[in-house]
Amino acid sequence: MIEIEGITKRYDATTVVDNVSMVIEPRTIATIVGTSGSGKTTLLRMINRLVEPTSGVVRLDGADNRSVPGYQLRRSIGYAIQGHGLFPHRTVAQNIATVPLLLGWDRDRIKARVDELMTLYQLDPQAYGPRYPHELSGGQQQRVGVARALAAEPNVLLMDEPFGALDPIIRTKAQEDLLAIQKRFGTTIILVTHDMEEAVHLGDKIAVMDAGKLVQYAKPAEILARPASDFVETLVGASEKPFRLLSLGPVRDAVEPGGAEGEAIPGDATQRDALAELLWSGRPALPVKDADGKLLGRVTVEGLVKRAARPQ
Amino acid sequence: MKAWLPALLRLAVLALLVVFITSPGWFEPLLKPLTENGAPAIYNQGSLLTLTLQHLRTVLVATVAATIVAVALAILVTRPAGAEFLPLSRSLVNIGQTFPPVAVLALAVPAVGFGEKPTLIALFLYGLLPIFENALTALTTLPGNVMEAARGAGMTGWQRLMKVELPLSAPVILGGIRLSVVISLATATIGSTVAAKTLGEVIIAGLISNNLAFVLQGGLIVAALAVLIYDGLSAIERYAARRMGQGAE
Amino acid sequence: MTLRFDKLGIVIAAIVAYAALFAPFATFRANRIVPGQARSILEALPPTLGMLLLAIVIVGGIIALLKTPLIIRLAASIVALVALAILIGVAGAFLTPDGNTFARIAPASGFWLLIFAFTLLLADVLTRLNLSPWSRVGVLMIAALAIAALLVSGLWDSLSILKEYASRADSFWAEASKHVTLALGSLVGAVIVGIPLGILCHRVETLRAGVLNVLNIIQTIPSIALFGLLIAPLGWVALHVPGAAAIGIRGIGTAPAFVALFLYSLLPVVANTVVGLAGVPRAANDAARGMGMTDRQRLLDVEFPLAFPVILTGIRIVLVQNIGLATIAALIGGGGFGVFVFQGVGQTAMDLVLLGALPTVALAFAAAIILDAVIEMTATKRRVETA
Repeated sequence: MIEIEGITKRYDATTVVDNVSMVIEPRTIATIVGTSGSGKTTLLRMINRLVEPTSGVVRLDGADNRSVPGYQLRRSIGYAIQGHGLFPHRTVAQNIATVPLLLGWDRDRIKARVDELMTLYQLDPQAYGPRYPHELSGGQQQRVGVARALAAEPNVLLMDEPFGALDPIIRTKAQEDLLAIQKRFGTTIILVTHDMEEAVHLGDKIAVMDAGKLVQYAKPAEILARPASDFVETLVGASEKPFRLLSLGPVRDAVEPGGAEGEAIPGDATQRDALAELLWSGRPALPVKDADGKLLGRVTVEGLVKRAARPQ
Repeated sequence: MKAWLPALLRLAVLALLVVFITSPGWFEPLLKPLTENGAPAIYNQGSLLTLTLQHLRTVLVATVAATIVAVALAILVTRPAGAEFLPLSRSLVNIGQTFPPVAVLALAVPAVGFGEKPTLIALFLYGLLPIFENALTALTTLPGNVMEAARGAGMTGWQRLMKVELPLSAPVILGGIRLSVVISLATATIGSTVAAKTLGEVIIAGLISNNLAFVLQGGLIVAALAVLIYDGLSAIERYAARRMGQGAE
Repeated sequence: MTLRFDKLGIVIAAIVAYAALFAPFATFRANRIVPGQARSILEALPPTLGMLLLAIVIVGGIIALLKTPLIIRLAASIVALVALAILIGVAGAFLTPDGNTFARIAPASGFWLLIFAFTLLLADVLTRLNLSPWSRVGVLMIAALAIAALLVSGLWDSLSILKEYASRADSFWAEASKHVTLALGSLVGAVIVGIPLGILCHRVETLRAGVLNVLNIIQTIPSIALFGLLIAPLGWVALHVPGAAAIGIRGIGTAPAFVALFLYSLLPVVANTVVGLAGVPRAANDAARGMGMTDRQRLLDVEFPLAFPVILTGIRIVLVQNIGLATIAALIGGGGFGVFVFQGVGQTAMDLVLLGALPTVALAFAAAIILDAVIEMTATKRRVETA
């Protein structure tokens, strides 16, 4: 659990982060959204003390983050940034092994961990381990960046626009990978982004920052349904709201009994995808199947439209 | 064929150089037409091999000392504690580069006397500048997100310096050393005007006795050394840079 | 209020303390060749002036040591430098026995260290003031005028360097003009040949590597050897080409020095022209072509103006390098300040070495500051225009 209490950062006369308090539950993803200059990155960097706060406290599992020296704290927290920041003079395997080496793990343990992470990220350790970062594609570099952040098995992973430099297709894949990895390791993730779509898709809770202040911190559905201010409303995008709401839930949750004609849609696709498919194909209903191909029921335009309405 | 031609050329230059400084007598017929009145065609007041080795030793000592001091200074002024010195050190480097090597050499004589010492001092001082400048450029233009990642991974200041900053700066610092060595190889010849044992002795003996053969052999040995060392260091530099995906031409 | 120390000030104060209290201020020699005897500040000056100088440098050192406002540091460094400059002249007159023309008084290590320390302070202040290019040239002018005034006033006449000068006043100016002619003339030649050659290398890619390689190799030939090697071909030209000797081409002397400096100058000019032209943004070139400019118009109106600051940087490198290298011309009878340097080295007369070395350093330094200012101005102008 991460508790941020009344944290403030001032540079001379400008207040970059203004008295922010929030609690991030263990094993969840919190996304921080805001425009550039809203203080979201500074807030993130105060958690691993890359920036020292002017006042306020950050507690990790109850312990003040100032109880150990900054560099020791940072070894226990994963950190992934935009443009990945891989060390160009070290191989992929050496890059991933950075923090374990700093922590003095023994060679076998490091090798096992590096191989595990590379395999997890669909990079063959034999083929890619000895390569240098510039020999990889952008998407591969980004995956190595996240693997490096996770190498020392941190409970907490901080991510600053980690997918910012990726093209849309690789980006979607990277987001899915992150969700899968988070489920597997149970890591608590705090992710900074300027993209509301990404924030809604990844976050268990979303924190909206504006001019250094935390404007709203709530579950995605809540943010969509009841934006706390005009700023949040603008950020969410009024015309996008119903579709974002649908994108939060899987088709499985919207299944009605009965059957329908045509090709089935998988149960873990989003309701938004289902609605899009219905509208595009001009059919009133689609059959829904689970991963094993078992028929679960159907989704209807009518049912989805109801779900897209503002929650009461 | 194009790829191995330059390598073959260098190898030939190296072989020719080694043969020339070990058995210069073989080349006497080639140089004889340049002499007048039956003057000797091959330098006869000392062994070319010894002079070449002394020349190289002087340059090596001065360059090693200059590298250590210049890199240490560049590291100092790029740490938070030394940041105050950064702007001043930049101006000093700019000013220092305007000092002609001959002036540095001549001005060192009153302080330390004649011989190898003033040459070493001049080479050291003159060699500092390119290395310092390159080290400073490298250390102040490291990619921001890499430094951020190093800090975020929990490296201490010392670890960042040793494991990230210096390795990343190595190609550019090497470039400074290369420039410094080439300047030093040529400047060391002037050291012979203050009685240092270098290949300049051969050239100056030629100038004094109006013997072109001496001037030519002294000059060509130094030039060949410079070209070979320049090429060798460039190759190391390219290798280091290529590994990091920089300048991948 | 707590006293806070300036880090650079600690270094400066340490140098000042050592130089003022332990190092000799001036050297006294009974004649030109004998070893000198050291004189401290109090021994070298009348008591009141000696105490005054000590007070000025110690207060200056303390101002440097503590964190003080820039304007006070500026004042302290200028006062100390002016006092040192004037009082070294006074020391010369004070130490010279009446009517003795053989005695030589030279500034000693303490004096030079004090000058170094306060110049460092001044340089630091000027760096922190972040002066505009024009003001930097202005500061240089003021300093040059001040030194000229001191030289003309005769205050320094009792110092050994000026005694060396006095006995060679005529040849000094002759060598000075040769030195400047060599350095500037070879630069002009290199610009006239080098820029078109650079443009050619830029346009004709097959030429580029070859030309730059040859020029690179020329740079690695030690200057004294290149000077020497040109004696023979130029001697041949003087003998066999009608009229060549009449325009001053000779095997030894200025001609080989000029040619050697010209050859050394080519690489920076050509290389920077190529780099400058290669650095012209593609978009600018495409736009120019798209608007129907001919190759010639594109070169003159787009490429060349954009590449100009880089070419100017090459010219700065060449000028500073040539001013230094021109000293070597003396070895082959080419003249220049090197004449004094090498004569001085030969006679172990350091004052004579200084007579050659100090003007060389001053020239190179002034050339660097002025050209840096010009480069900065052209570069800023371009930024403003494109902004």
